[in-house]
Formats: sequence, C-alpha cells, structure tokens
Amino acid sequence: MTVLEEGIARPHAPERASAWEVVHDWVTTVDHKKLGVMYISSALVFFLIAGFEATLMRIQLAVPNNDFLPPNTFNRLFTMHGTTMVFLVGMPMFFGFANYLTPLMIGARDLAFPRMNAFGFWLFLFGGILLYFSFLGGDGLYGAGTAPDVGWFAYAPLTGKAFSRGNSTDYWILGILVSGFGSTGTALNLAATILTMRCPGMTWGKLPLFVWLMLVNCLLTLIILTPLTAAQVMLLFDRYLGAHFFDTQAGGSAVLWQHFFWFFGHPEVYVLILPAFAMANEIVPVFSRKPLFGYPFMVGATVLIGFISLSVWAHHMFVVGLSPAANTFFTLSTMAIAVPTGIKIFNWLGTMWGGKIRFKMPMLWCTAFLFSFVIAGLTGVMLAVVPWDWQLSDSYFVVAHFHFVLIGGLLFNIFAAIYYWFPKVTGRMLDEKLGRLHFWIFATGFYLTFTTMHFPGLLGMPRRIYTYEAGRGWDTLNLITSLGVAVQLVGLTFFLWNVVRSLLKGDPAGDDPWDAWTLEWSTTSPPPEYNFEQIPVVHSRRPLWDLKHPEDPDWRYE
Amino acid sequence: MQGWNVARARMTSASASPIAKRCRRSGRLHLTGAARTTVSAVATCVLQAAHALAADGPVNAIPNMFAPVSPPAEGIRSLSFLVMAIAAGIFVTVTAVLFWCVWRYRARSDDEHEPPQVYGSNQIEWSWTIVPVLIVLVLFLATARTINELQASDVPPEALRVTIVGHQWWWEIKYPDLGVVTANELHLPVSRDGARRPTYLHLESADVIHSFWLPQLSGKTDVVPNRRNLMWMEPNQTGVFLGQCAEYCGTQHAKMLLRAIVHEPAEFDGWVAAQKKPAAVVDTVAAGRAVFQSTACINCHTVDGTNANGRFGPDLTHLMSRTTIGSGAAANTPENLRAWIDSPDHFKPGVLMPAMKLDDGDLDELTAYLLTLK
Repeated sequence: MTVLEEGIARPHAPERASAWEVVHDWVTTVDHKKLGVMYISSALVFFLIAGFEATLMRIQLAVPNNDFLPPNTFNRLFTMHGTTMVFLVGMPMFFGFANYLTPLMIGARDLAFPRMNAFGFWLFLFGGILLYFSFLGGDGLYGAGTAPDVGWFAYAPLTGKAFSRGNSTDYWILGILVSGFGSTGTALNLAATILTMRCPGMTWGKLPLFVWLMLVNCLLTLIILTPLTAAQVMLLFDRYLGAHFFDTQAGGSAVLWQHFFWFFGHPEVYVLILPAFAMANEIVPVFSRKPLFGYPFMVGATVLIGFISLSVWAHHMFVVGLSPAANTFFTLSTMAIAVPTGIKIFNWLGTMWGGKIRFKMPMLWCTAFLFSFVIAGLTGVMLAVVPWDWQLSDSYFVVAHFHFVLIGGLLFNIFAAIYYWFPKVTGRMLDEKLGRLHFWIFATGFYLTFTTMHFPGLLGMPRRIYTYEAGRGWDTLNLITSLGVAVQLVGLTFFLWNVVRSLLKGDPAGDDPWDAWTLEWSTTSPPPEYNFEQIPVVHSRRPLWDLKHPEDPDWRYE
Repeated sequence: MQGWNVARARMTSASASPIAKRCRRSGRLHLTGAARTTVSAVATCVLQAAHALAADGPVNAIPNMFAPVSPPAEGIRSLSFLVMAIAAGIFVTVTAVLFWCVWRYRARSDDEHEPPQVYGSNQIEWSWTIVPVLIVLVLFLATARTINELQASDVPPEALRVTIVGHQWWWEIKYPDLGVVTANELHLPVSRDGARRPTYLHLESADVIHSFWLPQLSGKTDVVPNRRNLMWMEPNQTGVFLGQCAEYCGTQHAKMLLRAIVHEPAEFDGWVAAQKKPAAVVDTVAAGRAVFQSTACINCHTVDGTNANGRFGPDLTHLMSRTTIGSGAAANTPENLRAWIDSPDHFKPGVLMPAMKLDDGDLDELTAYLLTLK
C-alpha cells in the first residue's frame, strides 16, 4: 500500500507561459490528458453548434405551415444536426473521456502510442471542420447546394449524382471518412493500452468497469467503422468513377447501402451509449458508498451487448420489405439485447439499494439517467416489435426514442461525468448551486420536449418534414416540444456559466474530493504529465478503498 | 408461410377474419386478469388523448394509428396494447424501486459511517436475468405470430390490385386490372363481411426511396427503386384517411401527402367508370387546350386522347376529380390551380414542376381548360 502513497506527486509551481507557448504546447502535445481535454472541448463546441441547428428546426416546427426556414435549409439542418451529434459529439466524447481516464485508471503514464493518439485527434477535428466547410465551399463547381441535405444516414440513391448534384454529399462522405480514420487509430490505441499497460496486480477481474466498457467499445468501433468506410468509398466510386453499387437506375441496390450503413449504425448506437454506462459504473458506486453490485455480471452483460449489437442492424429496416423470416430473426436479436441492458439497470439499482446515497451533482444526473434510460429501453422494445415498427418507424416516435437514449442516456451521464471529473482535470470544483439550477431546468426542458415528442409520432407525423398542416392533432404537441427546447437552452446557459466561473474561481478540489476509490484520485488534481511518480500496485477493484480501510480491504472478499 | 396460409384460408371463409374478430375484443389479445385492466387503462388514456385532440377537426383528420379501420392496422394495435401493458408493468416496477432507493437510502447529514459493503449475489443476478428472458420470449412469440399474420406475401385472387409508383414528390396510382391511372389520392372499395374487398398494393419507385404510410389502414412499407414491395389493406369503414411519405426523399418530402378515399362498392364502381372515360373535350376552352398542347406541359403530363403523354408528372386526364393539387400542397380550387401553374414554388418550394412564365391571358385560358378535365 505504501507504493500508492508514494505515487502521489505534488505539482511544482508553474511559471507563467506566454500565449504563444500555451498554444504551441496544446497543438504539439501528445499527452493523453491534454488530448482528452481537447476531444471533450471540441465535442462541446460541436454540441453547441448542433444544438443551435436543432433550435432553428424547432422554431420552424413550433407552429403549422411555418415559413421561418425554407425546405432546403431545414433539410440541411437536420442532416448536419444528426451527423454532428453522432460523429462530432458522441464519438469524441467517448474518445475524450477514454483518453483522459484510461491511463489514470489502469496506473499507466500514457496511451500505448501517444503520437498516434494526437494524430487521431487532429484527424477527427479536421474531418469535422471539413464537414462544416461545406456551408462555405459546398457550392463547388456546380453551384448547387451548400451543406449536405441527405440525412445523417444518407440513404442511396438520394446520394447519387442524379439526385445530389454539387459537392455537398462529398463533404459528408469525406468529413466522416477522415474523422473515421482518426477513430480507428484511437480505438486501436486505447485497446492496445488496456491490453498491455495495466499496472501490476490489475488483472481482468480487478479492472475498473469504466475501462472494461472502453475496451469493449474500442473493439466494437474497430469492427464497425470498416463497413462504413467501405460503403463511403463505394459511394465515392459511384459518384466519380462510374460504379453502380447503389445506382438503382443501373441495377444497383438501395437496400445494400442500408445493410452497410446499419451494420455500422446500430452498433454505433452502443458505441455512443456504452461510455454513458461506463460513467455510471464509476459514479453510482462512489455516491452510493458501496461497491458496484455484481461486477462479473456487469462485465458479462457488456461483452454480451457488444456481441449481440452486431446482429441487430436490420431492425432499422423492418419497413424496406425484408422477408418474414428475416424480420422474425431481427426482432428476436433486438429483443435479446434488452436482457443484458436490463441486467445493467438492475445492478445499478442493486448498488444504490442499502447504500447511503449522496445526491451531489454527478449522482443527480446519474439518477435522472436511470429514469430516462428505463423509458428509452421500453420504447426501444416497442420499436423491436416488427408490426408495430411498421407504424412507428420513421415517425416522431423514433425521434423521441433515440433522443431519450442519446440525451437522457448519454448526455445526462456526460454532465454527470463532467461534474465528477472536472475537479480532477482542473483542480477546481464546479459550483453546486449553479449545478442544481442547470440540472432542474435542463431536465425539465428535456422531459417537456422529448416526452411530448412521442405523441405526434403515434398520431402519424413522419420525421424530417419541414412543415405540416394544421388540424392533424400535431399542433399543440409540437408547440410544447419547441417550448421545451427554450427551457433546455436556459439550463444549458447555467452549465456554461458554471464551467467558466468555476474555471476562474471555483473552490480548490484537492486530490480526492468525492472520497472515491479508483487510481485517478490517488494523484494530484490536475495530474502531473507523468500521472504517477511510481507505477501503483493494486490488489482489488477499489485500490483507494483498501488504502483508506486497511482494517477491511476489498481484496479479502473478491 | 404455413401460418399465413391458414390465416388467409380462414379470412376468405364466410365469417369475419380472425384478426378483425380479435380487434373487436378491444385488443385484449392473449391477456387475462391484471394485465387486462392495465391494457384497458393505457388504451383509454391514449384514446382519450387522441379524441381530445380530434375534437376540432373532421373525423379522420388525424392519422391516428390507434384508430384503425383495416385489419393490418387493427392487428398492429392489438399487439401494441400487449406490448404497452408489459412495458407499463416493467416501467412501474423499475421506477418504483428507483424512487424507493432515492428516498430510503439517501444519505442523512449526521451519518458519517460507510454502509455495509455488499458485492453482489448470484441468486439475485440469475433471477433478474431469467425473468427478462421470459418476458422477451412472450413478446417475441406474440410478435412472430403477428408478423406471419400481417405481412403480405401472396395476392389472393379476389383482391383489388393497385400499383403505387413513388416520384419526387408525388404518388402515381395505377389500377392495372381496371385500366385507371390517377395520382396522390387512392380510391378503395370498403370491405364488408360477405363481400370482402382486400386491396393489395405493389410499391415501386421512379427515383429515390419513399415510404407509403396511411396509419389508419396499415403500417408503412418503403417504396424502393429497383425493387417491388407488397402491402395490403382492407378498410371496413368508408371515409377519407390521411397519410404521407414517411421516408426522407429530398426537398419536398414534407409535401408528399397521401389520402385514401374509401367508397361503398357501388360508389367505387362509379368512380372507376368515370376515370375510364376519355378526357372531356369542351369547345369553349379550345384556346386553353392549345396553350397546354403547345407548351412544355405535355412533356411531363398525360391527358388521354391528346398529344400530351408525358410520364414525369401526374396524369391530368381527370384532374378535377381530385381534391388536392401538388400532392396535397393545396386544395384543388380554380384560384389555387391558377396560382399553382403560375408559380408552383409558391405552394411547394423546390417542386420539380417549372413555372412556365405564361402571360395572364394564357394562364386564364389554360386554367379554364384544366377545369374541364373532370
């Protein structure tokens, strides 16, 4: 145990660096912590951009027959909103938190390939900038279109030259392709790190669950980005080299694109949500003051989710006219994935049961996550019921469902994680009072918007329409949905204010403000560049518990 | 396939279809006791909400999937009630436990001791694995059965056959057995016990993917280029039912509306007879006809018996028998028709029909001509 105490390094008083030195330092860094912070900050910027796009769309849809936005603009906005949120917010959030925390949690000094790590980040960032450059350069040579307007899953043949003139679709392809290369590299890097660089004593059974989930997530990422990249290259061939993979007018197949895309796209949803589970796995136990209930089952459930998620993709395609046999298979696989997901929720509840739960900001968000995710899971099961999906597919019900997953599930836990690890990253606490305003206002807005959004779907409102007629029963529901967005924006303002204010004059955090148990809390806040002066040795899943409770260490029970 | 054939055989017998019968039992398929009560409660809530919203408009203004009038949509509703009942049960149980934990196990400010450290329990883990597995099994079997009952595979001989061709951004509707071609408004006969009139639709696309969705009549099916999908409906109520394209298909996806008009059988036969007549020739609008036939109109539109035989836009032979123009973008009134020809972008920005830049006189004459195409 003494090794751990010695591992705690004190930072030296930093000398004041010039602005140029600071910029140079960040741009040239290969430090996993700085890259993690850059991933998360870039993702937050893209989040604000995509949120702004969503706000414009909700203004347009607040009342029927609105002409606030012309149809093409609206179509570009939902394409950019979806693409941004998935590829430029969800993915970099995953890589950001994984980057920052994985080495700290496994007692390593950096990732396995630090330079490749930096390369992956810059590919992601410039891929995103390339996508957004389409707003300026998308006119290309043909003078048609600016940002892509083909939807985030870019169904063929709408993306073919015949229907998508100009270069906007090319920006979509290349932007995502480039950032995809970055993702592949970083996923490989993280997996290699977890496989080979765990500190002495950290066997697979003692690995923090956060890291377990990141490993599964990296392997999933490696598997699924391949077909997406292949499909995008095929699409480029169609557009520029006269190939006919997806060109239906020359015998190509529109359904082929959907198979490729969703073979990527559905596991991608799990790639987005597993980090949220990973965060909950760390936060719920610490604030319940108990170890995570059923660790081996949580690991098993995660691995199972990883495997099953590779065989559910065609549930996005129940309406394209698959055979009854195919529909039946994919309904079974899709429902099957509810079982390990349910096990996770039960285990979090089992962790809270009998604990002494401290409702600090991270735990508040995690609790709201649990509540939202139950709803998201149940509407997911509804969508898995093929005949009902024939009604629900491509309606606002689906839109509400996946926003419950990605906001109520993912974003709530990202907020939780930011409140939880901000002290570690910056050395300062986020303000609890502003945090509570942020939580209650944002959560109210979220439930107002997205609970309501289910109902126009049940009443026949398809997604991706820029306007609708009055009198279909959608008017009031859409107005409430849009008003909820305004409430969310107010909540978000408190969050941003909190971050800025706390960065400048938040309370000093100390090394271990939450009385937590994993290795990152054993070093300083912020950690030194080398993380640990001496590589720690662990004997259980909760090394800091062992340290704090030498009379009753975990390794006696595990 | 076997299940489907059995279902078909029973449907074509003299009595009502098994699906229709089940739905008359208020969708309480497979359920007993407490589940039955829950289903009724959920169903009542949903339907009350729907009715409250429906209060202002005509009966079928709301394309509500919980107000089905055709066996595929009714079968889906029955299944959805089962699923909602199970989901409601799970939701209440899990959130009750969550709120109990939040309330019972919240930390008190005066308590500094750590709680007992519990690491897990295999019995509990296995039990909350097996129970969801059983629930999933029930849901899966109910779903598999409904897929087999509802998914169209063979077209029965007595069925009315319709071919739907999706275009950017309108619907071509053809009745190959009847020799009728129209657009955007699907006319169907009502199906009654003893005089069953199921309709089978072949779905094709001329350009990109669309999706054909009339929620009260059936679930949606995608309209995929280079592919022929099949769906069926069998409305048991007359009236007008609304729907629209459900797969994003480009600029004007939002205004690719769809309506189904369900007639009494005799009325339907009358509509068919009227549609089969050649285009009206009225001498007083000869000038307008000349404008039509000498501009680019004829490259895209067909008027039977004239030199206008374009296939790119809707068939105009019986234009005035339709209640809307621009695939539901506007009501088919003389003023709207004139404004539409003058500037199609006014009602439907981005529509592929160009403004022909006609002067006012030509525009009036052309409109007058089109108004005679009854």
